[in-house]
Amino acid sequence: MEMNQYMEMFIEESKEHLQAMNEHLLKLESNPEDGSLVNEIFRSAHTLKGMSATMGFEDLASLTHQMENVLDGIRNNEITATSDLLDVVFESVDHLEEMVVDIEGGGDGKRDVSDTVSKLKLIEEGAPQGSLPAVGSKAGAEQSTATNAGVPSFDTFEHTVLAQSKEQGYNAYFINIALREDCILKAARVYMVFEVLEQLGEVIKSYPTVDQLEEENFEREFSVTIVTKDTAADVENKIAKVSEIEKVEITDIHLDELGTSKDSPADEKKETEADSSKRSQAKSDNGDNGDKKQAAANKTIRVNIDRLDRLMNLFEELVIDRGRLEQISRELKSGELTDTVEHMSRISGDLQSIILNMRMVPVEQVFNRFPRMIRGLAKELNKKVELEIIGAETELDRTVIDEIGDPLVHLLRNSIDHGIESMEERRKKGKEEQGKITLKAYHSGNHVFIEVSDNGSGINSEKVLEKALERGVVTEEISQTMTKQQIYELLFSSGFSTAEQISDISGRGVGLDVVKNKIESLGGNVSVNSEEGEGTQFSIQLPLTLSIISVMLVEVQDEIYAIPLSSIIETAIIKEEEILSAHNQRVIDFRGNVVPLIDLTEFLDVPRTREDDEYCSIVVVRKGEKVAALVVNSFIGQQEIVLKSLGNYLTSVFAVSGATILGNGNVALILDCNSLIK
Amino acid sequence: MNESVLSDIKVIVFQLKNEEYGVEVEQVKSIERVQQITRVPNAPEFVKGVINLRGVVTPIIDLRSRFGIEEIDYSDSTRVIIVSMNEIEVGLIVDAANDVIDIPTAAIEPPPEVVGGYEANYIRGVAKLEKRLLILLNLDKVLNTVEISDLKSVEADVQ
Repeated sequence: MEMNQYMEMFIEESKEHLQAMNEHLLKLESNPEDGSLVNEIFRSAHTLKGMSATMGFEDLASLTHQMENVLDGIRNNEITATSDLLDVVFESVDHLEEMVVDIEGGGDGKRDVSDTVSKLKLIEEGAPQGSLPAVGSKAGAEQSTATNAGVPSFDTFEHTVLAQSKEQGYNAYFINIALREDCILKAARVYMVFEVLEQLGEVIKSYPTVDQLEEENFEREFSVTIVTKDTAADVENKIAKVSEIEKVEITDIHLDELGTSKDSPADEKKETEADSSKRSQAKSDNGDNGDKKQAAANKTIRVNIDRLDRLMNLFEELVIDRGRLEQISRELKSGELTDTVEHMSRISGDLQSIILNMRMVPVEQVFNRFPRMIRGLAKELNKKVELEIIGAETELDRTVIDEIGDPLVHLLRNSIDHGIESMEERRKKGKEEQGKITLKAYHSGNHVFIEVSDNGSGINSEKVLEKALERGVVTEEISQTMTKQQIYELLFSSGFSTAEQISDISGRGVGLDVVKNKIESLGGNVSVNSEEGEGTQFSIQLPLTLSIISVMLVEVQDEIYAIPLSSIIETAIIKEEEILSAHNQRVIDFRGNVVPLIDLTEFLDVPRTREDDEYCSIVVVRKGEKVAALVVNSFIGQQEIVLKSLGNYLTSVFAVSGATILGNGNVALILDCNSLIK
Repeated sequence: MNESVLSDIKVIVFQLKNEEYGVEVEQVKSIERVQQITRVPNAPEFVKGVINLRGVVTPIIDLRSRFGIEEIDYSDSTRVIIVSMNEIEVGLIVDAANDVIDIPTAAIEPPPEVVGGYEANYIRGVAKLEKRLLILLNLDKVLNTVEISDLKSVEADVQ
């Protein structure tokens, strides 16, 4: 069978379901009583099972099936969701993830999961007899699955609706419909059946849900509950008229025989798998409605990321040509040409924001794997840690998202390993046993900020300094004058680790400098703040996008350089005599602050071709709190440029973050203000 | 040696001062005329800068300077040979690039010991062809990553 076209979709959706399972499992752990969570997990597992079976990944299907059984047990209160039990479930989710990854990589998704399966089986069978209060055996219920289309139980709301309908002279029927095995367009048939039913009366509920039915997430059978004035025979005939229906079974619903699901726990045990799912659907009805609304509001298509990249590349070429056209039109000074070019610039500007927007993805994609990681680490280190995530919806360019994961993992590991104290220590300090790590993302201007903060022990600046001296990162002399902030910055120098003991959690202390390098290579920067005893905060600043940036073009002698607008505070022209001297460093008094002056001609070794005049053009740039003034010869203007790398040969040129191609086809270098300011 | 199995290798011949050098055709992407080069500050002496090679920013190395031969002004015959190796793409400035020839591998000899010193590292072998003597470049060494770490130390010095 030709499955390849579905493969991509299968992988995508499997990942989504696995992620959803992960999230809900975590919530479940802190909130074991919440039945709707179990239902969510169950539904994800169920869909995954169906999908993988269809795609022929038997191992995947069988493991999910086993998980489903356990989840069903939890749902029916036969098994209590203890942490140990969830460990096993997490383990299976891990296996599932790896299988999916394997499939994605072209493998067959096979994996030895017998160990986990047997653990799950143990829980499924053994646990109820052991520590947990159990009623009836789960296995028995399994056997009667699907064939027994018993009338489901209803929640209070549905019960009321049914009761009222009955009073008004309506009949309530439970209808089980099976499609023929060779039915091709299952969703279409379902649609036709619903069409018929809606003419007859009102559909109270269906299993699977309408959504799932539309997506063909069912085998051959589905069931609906309907209130109508027609007789059972009429209904049966009308449904049977839809082609490709194999059988229609109608059961009259007698309300007095039905308890609401909450009132009749005993009844539950006999329920078939299908029925219990139905009930779960009913319980989470509100949630479902929400989903439906959302589905209607966002119509989306999946686009291969490569295509977006190609679109972006083509657009970059266009931006370069736009620059060239703008220059030509300026030189030619033809009104008509200028108008056209301006119009084109505006349109391509709009196009640019749309394309950039398309590439934006919520940081959630990166964040959502952290709760699992933190849970695992906390267990390993025998610490209690809560992870709070704020602003997961914040959007960033996909290229940044792809790269930001590792540094964040590093910082989080750092926080949990070095930051958060052990439980006893926290108790001694009079803190809550459970430590807290906050991961926060937000937009600000042209940047996105991501903060990782913990309420742990904070950074001991003396220890840091001691270590720095020991490792020769700083000299005794300099260390005397260092501010706390500067000492913290030492953490980012290479070969530095503050952990007394090397642990396998946050490695051997090659750490933070790697984080810093990575983030700087993304055009961002990272800083740290700490209050001893109170906690530590790492703050990462990232550009919204990497490929097209706004810059100010300046001339330094005969060379042209680009300075990113994001680091420019303002430009000014000052007189020669306003330049002062302090400690052999030229400075200016700029709006009440003493700002060091960096002459780019000297700094960049530019061959001198121009006479100095009495006026200096300066660009005031900043890096975090620090400010510097760059002396240039003249300003050319502001421009949108495409960031290009210098290639693999010139991997790290000091003070240059990349290059761009100007309107005239020449290359201009982009200055990296972060490394200019020390 | 592996090459002895192959009968011929195709090389692009270029000139530096009075000597002729060869670089394998497979490693050459194109040969360009010298165009506007943008200087890269704080780069090693022999890196002349970067050019816009059809939308790709490509670093340019002056081979004379790389080999410690005195530099001359660029002329009409000066060429930039764009070579690509291990994902690294650079342009090499040479006095002239004038030939493509086949060399029988048998004609290639290891670099003469006497040359020694600085230059010898970059030489993979010497091919004797009737009256010509062709020096075959070891691009790997010419674009050696040590150079890149050199760059890094330059950077560190500046900092």
